[in-house]
Amino acid sequence: MTTVSSLDSGAVAPVSARESLFARLKKNRLSLFGGVLVLLAVFMAISAPFLPLQDPDAVDASSRLAPIGAPGHLLGTDELGRDILSRMFWGGRITLLVSIAATLIAMIAGTFLGLVSGYFLGWTDTVISRGIDVLMAFPYFLLALTVIAILGPGLLNGMLAIALVNVPFFARIIRGSTLSLREADYVLAAKGMGAGHSRILFRHILLNSLPTLVVATTINLGFMITAAAALSFLGLGVQPPTSDWGTMLASGRQYLSSAPHTSYLPGLAIFLTVLGFNLLGDGLRDALDPRMRD
Amino acid sequence: MDTLMHAPKTAAKNANAPLLEVSNLSTEFATYAGTLSAVDGVSLSLQPGEVFGIVGESGSGKSVTALSIMGLIKKPGRVTGGTVRFKDEANLLDKTPAEMRKIRGGQISMIFQEPMTSLNPVFRIGWQIAEVLQIHREMTRTEAWERAIHLLDRVGIASPAKRAREFPHQLSGGMRQRVMIAMAMACAPSLLFADEPTTALDVTVQAQILDLMVQLKEEDGAAVMLITHDMGVIAEMAQKVAVMYAGVVMEEATVEELFDSPLHPYTQGLLDSIPRKKSRGQSLKAIPGIVPNLLHLPTGCRFRDRCAAAHSACALADPPLQTMPNSTRKVRCWLHHPEPPK
Repeated sequence: MTTVSSLDSGAVAPVSARESLFARLKKNRLSLFGGVLVLLAVFMAISAPFLPLQDPDAVDASSRLAPIGAPGHLLGTDELGRDILSRMFWGGRITLLVSIAATLIAMIAGTFLGLVSGYFLGWTDTVISRGIDVLMAFPYFLLALTVIAILGPGLLNGMLAIALVNVPFFARIIRGSTLSLREADYVLAAKGMGAGHSRILFRHILLNSLPTLVVATTINLGFMITAAAALSFLGLGVQPPTSDWGTMLASGRQYLSSAPHTSYLPGLAIFLTVLGFNLLGDGLRDALDPRMRD
Repeated sequence: MDTLMHAPKTAAKNANAPLLEVSNLSTEFATYAGTLSAVDGVSLSLQPGEVFGIVGESGSGKSVTALSIMGLIKKPGRVTGGTVRFKDEANLLDKTPAEMRKIRGGQISMIFQEPMTSLNPVFRIGWQIAEVLQIHREMTRTEAWERAIHLLDRVGIASPAKRAREFPHQLSGGMRQRVMIAMAMACAPSLLFADEPTTALDVTVQAQILDLMVQLKEEDGAAVMLITHDMGVIAEMAQKVAVMYAGVVMEEATVEELFDSPLHPYTQGLLDSIPRKKSRGQSLKAIPGIVPNLLHLPTGCRFRDRCAAAHSACALADPPLQTMPNSTRKVRCWLHHPEPPK
């Protein structure tokens, strides 16, 4: 084929192989730290069944409230003599599972509602946005408690409750970004090329909202961990004998003066995991933006 | 060589039939201050393979005309009247959105003004070209991708296979406009709208892009509707020209007629405002005043406030667009009307 003048095509320096997402993330020390914290939490959740840990529910009345470093119990024991190290691993598994699943549910539902309402506007937007407003009008925890009051306490219901409460968070953020992206020149250009609504909405607009969505999701994950732990703390989430970091915190608080490690260890785990997700979210936003590459 | 690119043109069987015939097209925008007519009864006709220029100041309704024909007018805008005959289609304005999507990007496509923002920043450029092919032709991803590389080569992008994997921000403005042209020409359209295709580019790149458009149009036999405010681009590219002002066509003529003997005072003003060799040392001439507010058009001729040749008839009635005797050229001015109002 003929090649027309390539004056302006050849002038650009050859582009080196682009760095991977991880390499770009690595440049940001703080988010790398966040990533390490998240990986640590995920490792604890995944590895619990494979490590030579003691039975997390095994009661040992002879060694109740053993301190950190006690023989046989690296992180001591709780008020029933259960090994805290083992419970931290198994509890983290529940906490992470509940919060990740709830975030995914809220993200998918909220993103879909936000995209549709921000793109089509009109009565579609009115119906969806007013529905979202109704959800937002309830105090955050009251709504979760209402859902649990209806469905009954438990792992799955607690998860659904905090998922529902977080749908408006995603719907609002994605609606906002859709509102501005729908006016973008490349959306008009895509229409000019014959693209239909679903292609524009779920490819062009959704993929451009991805950096926003990733940051929102990771930050929301941190938030969900506190919410899941809070529900368990109140006894409305996971039911005994299964326990997560929230229930460990709740049972440890009675012995705050005599054996503080029974509550501050799960508390520290919650704090560090939430911090990790927030730092990672910020770093991912920068790393995922194609304009920040090279 | 290439059956896709050089598919036989259906228009060939009826050589004299216009490819596109727009009559009385009107588009209104409902604003809080009132309804304004951005396009007010525009009629145009394009022959197959022709380059038709639409020239006018900002806000004269050039782009809105093109977007109306494409069915891309957004709320609060609305096409309120007229017909658009295209090939065998009686009226594009009556098409459903789904039918228009098949035509857009396929038989009619468009190049936009801003190459910097008209490409989606998160997709590789090769994918964006391949997307057009996937929409309109039943191609697999791999076929479409290879086709996209071929198209990049065709618009003069060096090492296309490598460039196809790049993102828009890695390309210069001129290269992005080449990519836009590759997208627009991907399905060998018979009509191409080019909305200020070179306005955002450097002068040296402008000429290259215009050359490329001419070359591809010749190869594919496409007609081009070239929208610009640059008289130089019109002189270089177009065969016929329509001069638009405040939503109406003021004058329509072949490019030679228009540049040799402009009839309408507005056209004369536009041509006088081009810097020329012989006017060296003199200050540039400009048409006094600005395009009128479309909500409050003057009575009579809409150009009379700024017109040096305005006389009493101009305030009485809006002149019709009337064909000059023994010619195909048209002009909307009482100076050239046999019976101006008294």
